[in-house]
Amino acid sequence: MDMTQPKPIRLLDADTKLVPLPRDFHVLDALPATGPDLDQELATFVSAPRDARPLVPTIDRMRIEQVSIDYGTKRAVREVSLPVRQGEVLALIGPSGCGKTTLLRSLNRLTELTKAAHLSGRITLDGTDIAELEPTALRRRVTMLFQQPNPFPMSIFDNVAYVLREQAKRKPRRGNLRPQVEEALAHAGLLEEVKDNLDAPALRLSGGQQQRLCIARALAARPEVLLLDEPCSALDPQSTKVIEDLIVTLREELAIVIVTHNLQQAHRIADHVAFMYLGELVEYAPAQTLFSNPKQDRTREYVSGAFG
Amino acid sequence: MSATSAPTPTPADAPPWRLSDRLGLGFAWLMGLLFCVVCAAIVVFLVVQGVRFLKPDMLWTNPKVGFNQNTTGGFLAEIVGTVTVTAIALVIAVPVGVGVAVWLTEYGRPTGLARVVESTVEMFAGAPSIVLALFGVILFQAPFLAFLSATTQGHAYGKSFFAAGTILSLLALPIIVANVREGLRAIPDHVREASYALGKTKITTIRRVLLPSARPSVITGTMVGAGHVIGDTAIIIFLLGGTYTLQGVGHIPLLSTLRGTDSTLTSFIYANAPTGELNQPQKAYAAAVVLLAMVFLINVVVDISGRKARELKWT
Repeated sequence: MDMTQPKPIRLLDADTKLVPLPRDFHVLDALPATGPDLDQELATFVSAPRDARPLVPTIDRMRIEQVSIDYGTKRAVREVSLPVRQGEVLALIGPSGCGKTTLLRSLNRLTELTKAAHLSGRITLDGTDIAELEPTALRRRVTMLFQQPNPFPMSIFDNVAYVLREQAKRKPRRGNLRPQVEEALAHAGLLEEVKDNLDAPALRLSGGQQQRLCIARALAARPEVLLLDEPCSALDPQSTKVIEDLIVTLREELAIVIVTHNLQQAHRIADHVAFMYLGELVEYAPAQTLFSNPKQDRTREYVSGAFG
Repeated sequence: MSATSAPTPTPADAPPWRLSDRLGLGFAWLMGLLFCVVCAAIVVFLVVQGVRFLKPDMLWTNPKVGFNQNTTGGFLAEIVGTVTVTAIALVIAVPVGVGVAVWLTEYGRPTGLARVVESTVEMFAGAPSIVLALFGVILFQAPFLAFLSATTQGHAYGKSFFAAGTILSLLALPIIVANVREGLRAIPDHVREASYALGKTKITTIRRVLLPSARPSVITGTMVGAGHVIGDTAIIIFLLGGTYTLQGVGHIPLLSTLRGTDSTLTSFIYANAPTGELNQPQKAYAAAVVLLAMVFLINVVVDISGRKARELKWT
C-alpha cells in the first residue's frame, strides 16, 4: 500500500456541495477506515506523537516581506509575507502551480537562474537583504534539497567533500576531510550503511539512500536554512519515514521550509503551514489549527481534498 | 538470441495480425538481413584478401622501392602516419569541441553568436573533406604559415603533419561538439541546481559535475571523430602525402616530424590500388585489413563508453 500517494479524499455529497466539517476534523480521520491494518500502518508512519516532540525554542531567521515574483507578464507569487524560523518546520502547501516552489526557490535566489523571473519585495536573512549577499555565500547558508535524488557522478565520499572544498579545488585532501564527511553522513543517518563503501559511486545507492546522501551533502556546508522541494515524492514509504524523522530532528538546529503536495506529510512534520493558492498566501497558521480548524473556506476545501 | 528462454505463449484470444503488419515486418526483416549480408561480404572479402597478403613483417618495415610486390617492404611509416595525424587532429579538436559544446549548452549567450557558431559547426559536419583539403592547401601555402612545412626558394610546400592534422581536426570537431552537447543536455537541470544550491559557481559546476557526467559522451565523440579522421583520404593526399616514408624537415626532433611529410594507411591504399600510381593490390589489401582492425578497435571503445553512459542515470 502506497501511503505517500493516498487517493484524494472527497467529502462531497451528491450535489457536490461541501459537507460541513466537524470542528475537530483531522485529515488522518478522513482516510478510509480499513480496519486494524491501516491503524497499524499509520502507527508506524507517524514518527512520534506530535505532543511528545520536544518543544524547541524558535528564532526568526528569514523574513519574506511583501514578495511578488513575475515570470515575464505572469505573476507567480503575489505579495507574500512569511517568517522562517529556526526550531520549526514550515510547510508550503497548495495545488500545482500555486507558486509555492517559486517562493521556495527565491529564498536562496535560485529563481535568478530563470532569466525572465523578477522579484519585488524583500527577503532578509538575519536582517540582511539577501539581494545584497553573494549568491554563492547565500546558498551555502540557505541550501536546498530537490524532488529527485541527485547525487553527483562521483564517489559517496567526494559528493560530501565537494561541498567542503573551496569551489573547484581538490584540496584539502581526503584524510583531512574524513572526520567532517563522516560527521555529515552520520548526521543524515547514512554512515552506518555506507561507511565501508565510501569510494563506491553514489549513483549505485538506492533512491532513499541517495536522498539521504543529498541531505548529508547539504548539511556538510553547515547551512542555517534548509529548503526542501517535495523531498520524498520519488521515494518509497520506508525511506519517506526515515527522511521525515530526520527533518523533525534537524529543525532543532536549522530553519526548515518544505514544499509538499502530500497533506499527510505536512501534517506529520510541519509546525506551521502556509496554504497558497494562485500565487496568494491564503492562510498561515500552526499545523494543527490549519488542518483541523482552517479560517478560510479555500483552505478548508483544499485540506479536505475538494480540489487540487 | 538466448536459446534457453521458453517461447512466449501467444494468448488464444489475441487477434490475428493484419496482412499489412505482416508485410511490414517481413520487409523490415529482409532489409535488415540484406544490410548484414552486404556488410559481411565486404568484411569477409577484405579480410580473406588481406590476410592472404598480410605478412607480419609489413607492420615493422617501411615501404621500399622494388620491382615486384615481394620486395617493396611494408607500411610501418603509414601506420605511424595514421596514428600521428589522428593524435594531432584530436589534440586540437577535443578541447575546442568540448569548449564549444559547453559554451553552446551552458551559456548560449550572446544568442546570435551562438546561432552562428551552431550553424558553422553543422556546416563543417556536412562539408566534403576535399573542400576542406583545398582550403588547407591555400592556407598552408600562405607565406605567414610557411614555417609549418618545408620551403623551397621561399615558397611554402604546404604539406606537413601540422597542415593535415589541423584540417583533419575540422572533421572530428562537429562530431565531438554534437556528442558532448547531447551528453550535457541529458543531465537534468536539478543536478546543476543542486550544485548551485551548495554555493558553487557555474564554472565549478561545469568542471566538477557536468563534464565528469558527460565524460562517456566526450569519449564517444572523440572516438567516432577519430574514426572519421583515420578514414579520410582527400585531406591526407592534399596536405600530407608528399612521400611514402616519414621525411622530417629541419633538425629539432619533434618539430621536424610535425613539419615533415608522410603517408597514412588510406593514402597508401589509394596509391597501391590498381588505379593508383604504385599499383600493388596485395599491399593495398594488407593495409586495408590493418585499417579495418583499427576502426574496429575504436568501435569497441565507443561501445564500452556508451554502456558506461547508460549506467550513469538519475531517476
